[in-house]
Amino acid sequence: MVSGVKETRRDKIFLICNYFYVFLAFIIVFYPVVYMLSASISDPKYVGSGEMWLLPKGITFEGYKRVFENAAIWTGYGNTILYTVIGTLVNLAVTLPAAYALSRKDFVGRNFFMGMFMVTMFFGGGLVPSYLLIKELGMVNSMWALIIPSAASIWNIIVSRTFFQSSIPKELQEAAQIDGCTNMRMFIKIILPLSTPIIAVMALFYGVGHWNSYFSAMIYLNDAAKYPLQLVLRQILVLQEMAAQGGGAMDMATASALNNKAEVAALMKYSVIIVATLPIIAVYPFLQRYFVQGVMIGSVKG
Amino acid sequence: MQNTNGALTSNTLPSVKSKDKKLWKRIAQNWELYVFIAPAFLYFLIFHYGPMYGIQIAFKNFIPTKGILGSPWVGFDHFTRFFESYYFWDLLWNTLSISLYELVVGFPIPIILALAFNEIRNGFFKKMAQTVTYAPHFISVVVMAGMIITFLSPSTGLITHVITWLGFDAPQFLTDPKWFKTMYVFSGVWQSAGWGTIIYLAALSGVDPTQHEAAIIDGASRFQRVRHINIPTIVPTITILLILNIGSLLGVGFEKILLLQNPLNMEASNVISTFVYKSGLVDAQYSFSTAVGLFNSVINAILLITVNQIVRRSSENSLW
Repeated sequence: MVSGVKETRRDKIFLICNYFYVFLAFIIVFYPVVYMLSASISDPKYVGSGEMWLLPKGITFEGYKRVFENAAIWTGYGNTILYTVIGTLVNLAVTLPAAYALSRKDFVGRNFFMGMFMVTMFFGGGLVPSYLLIKELGMVNSMWALIIPSAASIWNIIVSRTFFQSSIPKELQEAAQIDGCTNMRMFIKIILPLSTPIIAVMALFYGVGHWNSYFSAMIYLNDAAKYPLQLVLRQILVLQEMAAQGGGAMDMATASALNNKAEVAALMKYSVIIVATLPIIAVYPFLQRYFVQGVMIGSVKG
Repeated sequence: MQNTNGALTSNTLPSVKSKDKKLWKRIAQNWELYVFIAPAFLYFLIFHYGPMYGIQIAFKNFIPTKGILGSPWVGFDHFTRFFESYYFWDLLWNTLSISLYELVVGFPIPIILALAFNEIRNGFFKKMAQTVTYAPHFISVVVMAGMIITFLSPSTGLITHVITWLGFDAPQFLTDPKWFKTMYVFSGVWQSAGWGTIIYLAALSGVDPTQHEAAIIDGASRFQRVRHINIPTIVPTITILLILNIGSLLGVGFEKILLLQNPLNMEASNVISTFVYKSGLVDAQYSFSTAVGLFNSVINAILLITVNQIVRRSSENSLW
């Protein structure tokens, strides 16, 4: 920006409002996160009464202890890691070669494939036909129901294709072709080594998707031992609370007992939320660059 | 999203006399590319076009033992049953009102936030604010619902405390139908407003600095520069996103609503997509639920095409 130009008073006011607005957004997002961290290690009595509002009060690790004693959370964690790793590998194996083929101008039928894939962006069969198909294919109650039906996303194919088109010099590919390099060799030896950024972006997008998804697991898995973390969380965070919501008038003793139980349950909830989200939030600042890159590549009209 | 070049431009190969021969030669030469695209092709064919074939059960009485082909046709029976049902208007109203509410509140906020981020020159503060506001995007739907439920809990929730501290009576957010839509929309803004700025910031980084310099020399204030230089720059992006948003108007955030639904707030939270799930997978009314889902997709497609046409007439920033 040009410096040395004197800021007028109006500009200063505008800037101050601007900073204030961004600061407000920052606080609105940041505060609940800090609150949860503090609440997860505070005495539920203070959290429940509202005395703990920023820094932990009456530090206790009871919440975390209960979370770590809960076997379902650990199996859920294990399952989620398994599904995420395998699912992401499948995603990459389907997405990258297809995107590369679509990036080649001399690929006959490119428009046909692209059109066929794009239609699915705006129109689909809907929930029930998809469910019946997966049932028909015998994938119900197996982890493949969570992996194969989401093997690729058209959005990510477009992003990768845009990357291959814009970031890998055409001359390089042409020179390799003239030297008699086959497409397979070219892809493995030349294209992929030059594509680390997009591989990272794709792995992250798909990986977070698998890590966070619950709905497929909810409709396709019957076996509690196969539940991913998100489903276990749903039982702890959502279903229990709903059960505790009912109830009209009751006597004082029951009310206070319930209240106490609710407080302990709430404490455990804060700990569960932290434990479940920590891996993603911990790695995210280091990978933010890649995520942003992915959105930017996607925003360029392909 | 368009391919500007036809498939028939290649400058790596010597030109052969006959066009057909050349085409076949190119197909043969690039046979490996067909191997590359095969998994994706099969995937879309089976898992996206397969269910489209299954849509026909909306016009049949699907009996699992008879299969799709063996089930008897019933025409538009399921559709009329749905349109005539007492809950039809409620479902449509809830779906549309939640989406529109979300659009009106949620769409402008990332734009304003992006413009504000763009004005900030303090690198550290800017980075910090961006990192923090992007983060909630990565919180899963289940955890998000858990947070909403915990924070709004009538006895122990943070929001409840804040409201009582300010001297008001906190409403029963989770069970009062009046509050459902607000709770849904504002938690969505909290989660995705920051992330939504990225795409606008990308567009803003393309502003030509000489324009700003010229404006400064002409004595334009900061506000005027934002209004006359930055905002016009992101208008195309805004238009495209608006079209896409309107095109998914009826596909309102199904997963989150499903998690936040309870018998007490049902009158406000019952939307088409959750209704499809309940009638189809919970009550196993396969045909009926497919019909409702199809109605939903068709309306969405019509909306998308209509909005795109309107935009196409008035500006050059349409999707196709």
